[in-house]
Amino acid sequence: MAGDSHATTEGAMGALHDAAHGGTDAAHAASEAGMPQLDFSTFPNQIFWLIVTILAIYYILSKIALPRIASVLAERNGTITNDIAAAEELKLKAVEAEKAYEKALAEARFEAQKIATETRAVIKEELDVATAKADAEIAAKAAESSARIAEIRDSAMASVEAVAKDTATEIVGALGRPADAGAVAEAVDTHLKGDA
Amino acid sequence: MADEAAQGGGISIHPMDQFKVEPLFGGDHVGMLTPTNVTLWMALAVLAVTLLLVVGTRGRAIIPSRAQSVAELAYGFVYKMVEDVAGKDAIRFFPYIMTLFMFIVTANFLGLLPMSFATTSHIAVTAVLAMAVFLTVTILGFVLNGTKFLGLFWVSSAPLALRPILAVIELISYFVRPVSHSIRLAGNIMAGHAVIKVFAGFAAIATIAPVSILAITAVYGLEVLVAFIQAYVFTILTCVYLKDALHPSH
Repeated sequence: MAGDSHATTEGAMGALHDAAHGGTDAAHAASEAGMPQLDFSTFPNQIFWLIVTILAIYYILSKIALPRIASVLAERNGTITNDIAAAEELKLKAVEAEKAYEKALAEARFEAQKIATETRAVIKEELDVATAKADAEIAAKAAESSARIAEIRDSAMASVEAVAKDTATEIVGALGRPADAGAVAEAVDTHLKGDA
Repeated sequence: MADEAAQGGGISIHPMDQFKVEPLFGGDHVGMLTPTNVTLWMALAVLAVTLLLVVGTRGRAIIPSRAQSVAELAYGFVYKMVEDVAGKDAIRFFPYIMTLFMFIVTANFLGLLPMSFATTSHIAVTAVLAMAVFLTVTILGFVLNGTKFLGLFWVSSAPLALRPILAVIELISYFVRPVSHSIRLAGNIMAGHAVIKVFAGFAAIATIAPVSILAITAVYGLEVLVAFIQAYVFTILTCVYLKDALHPSH
């Protein structure tokens, strides 16, 4: 469809053109009717400027653009690699820090337990000492008291004996007989022993 | 259709006029050194390449700007193509192939600007590009491989009786390479531009103008694709030919 219209258009165009210019410049019209691509007179011009262009682009690319882009890409790759390595390192550090923290926590807990045990032991020891001291004091006091009680009892017994002898002597005397002190004392002793 | 158009408004369609090579500063004579529209649009191509690849990357940023991203994308695209298609030892030709690609792709896109001149629509331009590739590859093939390069035409995996026939076919196809290589690019660009021009001529007639404008839009969209794809095809074929020169065994 496009080709069809193309062909007829060119025919019509040629006719119009001829009518308009009346074939004043025949050579020009001929080149216009055909393809400008096949106008060989322009080839040297096109080829010359193409070579200049290609050399210019080649020079610009190989001297400036391509080394620059290559270095930027290399630098970016390097940066990315470095950043990943740094991140890995930081991660390791974080894990280490966490371990250290856990360790410190465990140590602190252990220490606290140790201090508590020690304190408890110290307090218990002090308490034992105080208890023992108090017991000893109590025992001493009790011994002293029982000694005094024994003393009091002994003295009381001695008094009772003396009183009994005196009384017995007096009673015997009162019964009208001179009392034999020795016999009385013996009798009292025998009685007292028998009582005891 | 054209007759009807001519009667309707006396319109004239010159689809090929856009390809005319004309001196920039008047006169009729186009000598070898005359500054022409070819000069202008090729200079603009150099300017565009410089803007993208040199000015665009001037920041050398680790986190690239938009222009730098595009430049890096173009670099990576061609670099990977050379590496994948032609092999690692073809990397030394990378600047040359990058030059070809950047020139063709910018010239194609500049040619798509209204009122512009498409330098790559000219067979003279594409033929020189293709011949440069053809000669480079052929000379390189003989320099690197000596007579072994002729093994490219002697298909040792085929039965012996068939080999001479295949050799002739291979030889012909080898010499047709620069022709197809150049005409493919110039033909595609020229045809697309001519079709757009024809539709544009019909847009002057009110009754078919909407259809015509729609068609221009559609063809233009297609041409944007073609502009890139033809640059890509030219470059990848260059890589394929280069691979033949570096490793001629089938």
